[in-house]
This record gives sequence, structure tokens and C-alpha cells, in this order.
Amino acid sequence: MHVIESGNVAAATGVKLARTQVIAAYPITPQTPLTEKLSEFVSKGQMTAQYIPVESEHSALSVCIAASSTGSRTFTATSANGLLYMSEQVHWASGARLPIVMCVVNRGVGAPWTVWNDHQDSISQRDTGWIQMHACDHQQILDTVLKAFMVAEKVSIPVMVCYDGYLLSHSYMPFEIPKQEDVDRFLPSFSSDCKLDPEHPLNQNTVTLPDVRPDIHGNMSPGYMEIRHNLQQDLICSLDVVKEVEDRFKGIFNRGGSPFIESYLCEDAEYVAVCMGSLSYQLRDVVDQLRNDGQKVGVAGVRLYRPFPNQAVIDAFSGKKGLVIFEKGISYGNQGPLFTDITSALYQVEERPFAHNYILGIGGREIKTQDLLDTFRKSIQSGRKNEIKTEWIGLKL
Amino acid sequence: MGQDNFGKMKSHSEPGPGDGGKTGSWRVKRPIIDLTVCIPAKSGKVACFACWMYCPDGVITRTIPPVIDYEYCKGCEICAEECPVNAIEMVEETQFADKEG
Amino acid sequence: MATTILNLPDDELIHPGNRACAGCGLSIIYRIGLKAIGRDTILVVPPSCLTVMQGLYPIAATQLPCLNVTFASTAAAATGVVAALKAQGRENTKVVAWAGDGGTSDIGIQALSGACERGEDFLYICYDNEAYMNTGVQRSGTTPQGVLTTTTPVIGKLQKSKNVPAIMAAHGLNYIATASASYPLDLYDKIKKAMGMPGTKYMHVHTPCPSGWGFDPRYSVKIGKLAVETGIFDLYEIENGEFRLTGPSKKLTPSKLKPVTEYFDTQSRFRALKEDQIASIQAGIHEKWDNY
Ligand SMILES: Cc1ncc(C[n+]2csc(CCOP(=O)(O)OP(=O)(O)O)c2C)c(N)n1
Ligand code: SF4
Ligand code: SF4
Ligand code: SF4
Ligand SMILES: [Mg+2]
Repeated sequence: MHVIESGNVAAATGVKLARTQVIAAYPITPQTPLTEKLSEFVSKGQMTAQYIPVESEHSALSVCIAASSTGSRTFTATSANGLLYMSEQVHWASGARLPIVMCVVNRGVGAPWTVWNDHQDSISQRDTGWIQMHACDHQQILDTVLKAFMVAEKVSIPVMVCYDGYLLSHSYMPFEIPKQEDVDRFLPSFSSDCKLDPEHPLNQNTVTLPDVRPDIHGNMSPGYMEIRHNLQQDLICSLDVVKEVEDRFKGIFNRGGSPFIESYLCEDAEYVAVCMGSLSYQLRDVVDQLRNDGQKVGVAGVRLYRPFPNQAVIDAFSGKKGLVIFEKGISYGNQGPLFTDITSALYQVEERPFAHNYILGIGGREIKTQDLLDTFRKSIQSGRKNEIKTEWIGLKL
Repeated sequence: MGQDNFGKMKSHSEPGPGDGGKTGSWRVKRPIIDLTVCIPAKSGKVACFACWMYCPDGVITRTIPPVIDYEYCKGCEICAEECPVNAIEMVEETQFADKEG
Repeated sequence: MATTILNLPDDELIHPGNRACAGCGLSIIYRIGLKAIGRDTILVVPPSCLTVMQGLYPIAATQLPCLNVTFASTAAAATGVVAALKAQGRENTKVVAWAGDGGTSDIGIQALSGACERGEDFLYICYDNEAYMNTGVQRSGTTPQGVLTTTTPVIGKLQKSKNVPAIMAAHGLNYIATASASYPLDLYDKIKKAMGMPGTKYMHVHTPCPSGWGFDPRYSVKIGKLAVETGIFDLYEIENGEFRLTGPSKKLTPSKLKPVTEYFDTQSRFRALKEDQIASIQAGIHEKWDNY
């Protein structure tokens, strides 16, 4: 069925189709309509989930952590300060290896207060051990929610589905709602072999020592460091799972692309603009214009930010002349985090493209297509010069 | 693909005794029940068992006579303090050291 | 019928050889409390002495399934377990959150208040050893006035303790009760009763701590009794809004109260108390008891 609805409704629809069993969320702009939609689905009996209207985001993720530990499929969603407020639990969820799915409706963080879009919120939680996926349009939001559950449950790692506040959350676009029976075919119900259960009493997330220690049967059990190393290993291996799930999804629903980097006119491009989220669609207009001028340019939207698809980056960008990396977040005191990740991936490539870094759209600052065009042109002209300096565009100083 | 290869390491503990080791080694004094004074031991009747109820570590049996598990008894003396007939005497562990080596 | 020592269940649900201090009041209430709670229960525990007592990976002292959670999240986590059990049709399994006074009265009170307001179906047990013991005896919201802790050194805590059961009562819970490690049978019966009731239930258990309070472990039970006999800690239930004193507190009258100094003199944490402070605490207790 085709509908024209908001990005938040697309997300809520995905959560409903996934037959999520426990939902807990706390309102924050621009995530709020997603939460409201889910409570409406539950109140109207359109979905049978337990919906817990918690008193904070910390509690929202706590409920999900506990419900997931008890063997239920769980979902929460938040933005900005809500995500920061639950940060302790964000780390906990991945450390406990729980397949929770959370939508992060990207928004700038305070202080000062802003309700508008940038990526600083999810970027700040980059090192928590979650998988971070970015969606660029409404169809991707819905589809990514479904894929996120599948990936999370296969690898026992929680997944953030990130999409731009307002630009996607509150805009209306057409998208296809898949049939429930197809979703059921794609996503089996959740089962956990180590849930909280009086029949098999386990004590979960106990204090764990720096060193290994024998269990009651005399077998050696890992220490904290082995457990954390295992999370890292599994995150790296989950790249393959993300790919397999994408293919499986395509097989059933006949749509999708690369789950790592979504390319537009990159094949023969000499220069590529790189970004995350809905900005990649705006950059397509820029690329179209530059192509009209005879420039060989393309756009690459990074869809999987953690685990970072290093090989996909190498495959996509080695041999290019230059990369222009546009970011809505910054590692304060250094540079754009995506820039850091991409240049580090390409460090080992012999003929590596130059890379420029531009910070833009912070706190919802309007991103003008003309600015993007001018910047892209300037970068192409300056080439290797200017490589390390991170510039802000759209500033009014 | 499949859950089997993932999430192999989780801090999930299984129930078992002695996580803190043989806590009997913490003891400075050992509780010794005088069976000629202890109510159930003396009378042969099911009675009292205050020591069993109050023992924080659950190392006294509710049997006639009550028996203390010295492997884990921490020597807190609560049993001796709460025994209504003062049937439990606390004896310095050094007294047993020679015999037990 | 009130339970007696002779018909308390035999089943021991906590293994010996755990890491609790010798003579720990928490050990007494945990051991007896688990007998009342039974095996078909999932526990939720935040960081506290209980976390350590639970065991270090990969060995657990408790024989019940248990979720260790972050400090502020206990009641929200219990909510999540309840929700998941409901979603899976496993409602026979009960949920008990068991937290310290710091985890309850301070950092966890937001989540607890939220869960109480929503009426989540679990029993919350706060064991009150009147300080943050796990981190080395720092003041908490329930540390009594005058008590020396590592963050209220020299002159002791200036403020009075928070009345957490009263805060819970303000949420209109079906069942609130206090209990004491020194009266295990009373504790057992109250937990049993609470486990059989719907909605959120709250129990506040006075829990002597030899290491943090400064007394010889052998006196754990005696000191808990003194707290009741002096009228400092009262045993009561608030059932559907009805307050009633229970057990030994019910038998007390203002004239039978022992002087508070009998209690204070047993513990080194009270040694900074001055005469006028003691007099004012004593007066406060009489005033409280005159109003019962
Ligand atoms: C967010 C957070 N802050 C602080 C701590 C450190 N911490 C662990 S246990 C504890 C005190 C616990 O006190 P209480 O709840 O009274 O339990 P007790 O140790 O007295 O049994 C503190 C401060 C923590 N684990 N998490
Ligand atoms: S408390 Fe004393 S009298 Fe009672 S059973 Fe124990 S040893 Fe015997
Ligand atoms: S009460 Fe203390 S001394 Fe007595 S048996 Fe138990 S642990 Fe040992
Ligand atoms: S510090 Fe106190 S509460 Fe903690 S284990 Fe020791 S005696 Fe028990
Ligand atoms: Mg405490």
C-alpha cells in the first residue's frame, strides 16, 4: 500500500509491522510524533505491544534493556538530550548484548537549546558499541527499522536507526507499506536462548573481574576484557550480516541497495561528495548541476556508520581524485568524525584521493544548495591544498 | 549467518556456592553448640532453632541436633548472641589449628 | 496465621560462601526474604552490597534469575521485566526489585516514583543500611541526623533522614510496609502478603550493618531490635491507605520506649552526637509516638 505520511509515521509503521512486544519512550522534539503514533497503535488495538509511558529516557532504555533480557522484542526512540540522558544505558545495552532497536531522530544538543537538526546526538554515542544506520528518506526509515531488528537479533547487538529531525521526521513523502505477511516472512519472531527465566536461573551482568575465572563446572570463563573484545569482533563480523539482511530484504520486497554506501553517479566520478542522512539527496541536485558543467562528480551517502564499512569505503573511493566530506557533526577540538573515519580507512590506499572536510547545518542552519555547489567547485579547484583544514560553511560571522 | 556465532560472551553467572571462597577461613572464633544445653538437642523435640533463623549465611541446619557447616561459617557470633539458652560458645580458632594442621 | 521458625520453608535460595561481611543484616533479610519470594521470581538489583553478595562472574550466589542493572534504573528495569513477562503470557512469574537506600532514596527515586505512579506490578524492597556501604560508607538520603560517614565526617550529618515510605504512601500504593532484619518472621509474612497483591508494593527494611555502623557483628540482631524498642524505627503496614503498627511496634507505647541513647551507644557512627542533638531527637520520637 502506498501512503503519503511523515518520516515519524514511517518509523512507527515499521515498529508495528515488526510485531514489537515492548515499547517504552519519552517525548522529545522531533521524535514525539513517533512516540504518539505508537501509543495510538497500541491504544486502538492495531498492535498488541506493551507500551510503557515512562518518566524519562533513562527509564525508557532501562525498560527495553530489562524486557529484552526477559526475551521480548523491544523498541524505543529519542533525540538529542534524550539520547544523552540515556547514555549510561546506551553503553549498557550493547555490553549486555541486547538486540534493542532505537530510532534516533537526529537533533542538535544543548546548550544552548536547539530543537533543530544536526547529527551531534548520535555521533556522540558513536563509541558505545551500537550499530548505527542512517536513513535518507521515508521508505528507508521504514525498511531500515525492519532490517535493524533482523540484524540486531542475529548478532545480539543493539541498533540505532538515525534519521534527520524535521527534514525527514516531519516532512511528508510517499512510501510503500509492506504487507504484514511479507514482513512476517522476512522477520521471524524473537527468541532468546539466555533470557531471564526461573527454570534456568542466570544472574545477568554480574560484576566481572579483570582476569579470567573458572565457572562452577571448572571451565574457564572470560574476563571483562574478553567480553568486550567479543563485542568488537562481533561488530566487525556484523558487516556481513548487514549485507546478508539487505539481500534477503531485496529478495522479498524487491527494493534496497547497498547497506553501506549509497552512491549516486559515482561510477565514473572523479570527485565525490560524501555525507550522511538526507543531505545526500540535496547533494544530488548539486551533482546534477556540476555534471551539466561537464564535471565528473557523484554523491556517496554513508548508510552504516558503526561498524564502519572500511572496505566499502576503500572500494568506493580508491582511484577517485577527491572527496568532499560534508558533516552535520564535529568532534570538538578536532574535525568531522566522518572525515576522520574515511581518511583513516583510505590511509592504506596508495593512490588516495584528497579529502576536504566541511561542517554545515549545525543546529538546523539552512543548507543552501548554492553554498554546496560553490564549496564543491572550490574543493575541486584547490585539490590537494586545504586538505587538513576543517571549514564551516553557511556561517554568518 | 545465525545467532550461533554471535554473542558468545556475556556476563551471565550460574548459581553455585563459594563465590567468595571458603568463608570459614574468615573466622577468628568458632561457634560450638553444647548439645547438653541446646533445646532441641537436649529434648529431642523440634523446637527453638533461633540460630538457624538468624544465621546470616544459612550454615546451621534446622535438625536435631543443629549442625554448623564450618567450611562456610564466617564466625559472626550472631548464633551465640541469639541463642536463648546460651548453648553456643565461641572458641578461638587457634585452639583447633594444631589438631587440624 | 503468622509464620514461625518451625514452618519457615527449608529451601535455601542463597548459597553460602558469598562475599557479604560476617554478621551482615542484609544477609539475614535476603536469606529469609528469598524464602518468602520463592523460586518463580525474577530479581532486579542495582549496584550495592547486594551486587557483591550476588557473586562475581561466572558464579552467582543467588539461585533465582537476576538482572543486575544500573544504579538509577531499578524500578524502570523491573517495569521492563514485568512488561516482557506480560507480552509473553508468563504472568505467573513475579518480579522483585531489591535495592539499597542510596539506590532507592537518592539516585533511583525518579524511576521508582514513575513506576509507582504507573502502578507497575512488582514488589520493591529497599534495604536501608542508612548509607552508601558498597562505596565505603558515604551519606545517603536516609542516613540519620548526626551520623558519621566518610562524607559527613567530624560533626556528622546535619540533615534528618528522608522518610521514603511516606513518599511511597503519597503515591497511593496498595501496600507499603516496614520491616527489620531483627524480626525475620515479620519480614517473611509481609513479603508473602505483598507478593500476593497486585500493583506496586513497597517495603522498607531496616538493615544493621556492622561494618558501616561501627559495632561488633554479633550484635546485628540486638541493635536492630533496639532501633524498634527505642521507637526510632517503627514496624508498620499501610494497606490500601490504612496505617497500622505491627508486631513489636504495636505492643509499644510512648511510656515503654527505651531511651534513644541505648541505641546510639551501641554504634560508633553516633559518637559525634551532642547532648542537645540527642535531646531533640528524643523529643522528636516522643512527638511521633504521641501521634500514633
Ligand atoms: C551512576 C552511578 N553512580 C555511582 C555509582 C557508584 N555506587 C555504586 S554502589 C553505590 C552506593 C550504594 O548505596 P546503597 O544503595 O545504599 O547500597 P549499599 O551499598 O549501602 O548496600 C554507589 C554510589 C554507580 N555504580 N553508578
Ligand atoms: S538457638 Fe541455641 S538452643 Fe536454639 S537450636 Fe540453636 S543452639 Fe539450640
Ligand atoms: S551465625 Fe555466624 S557464627 Fe553462627 S554459624 Fe552462622 S555464620 Fe557461623
Ligand atoms: S558493608 Fe554492611 S551491608 Fe554491606 S555487606 Fe558489609 S555488613 Fe553487609
Ligand atoms: Mg545503603
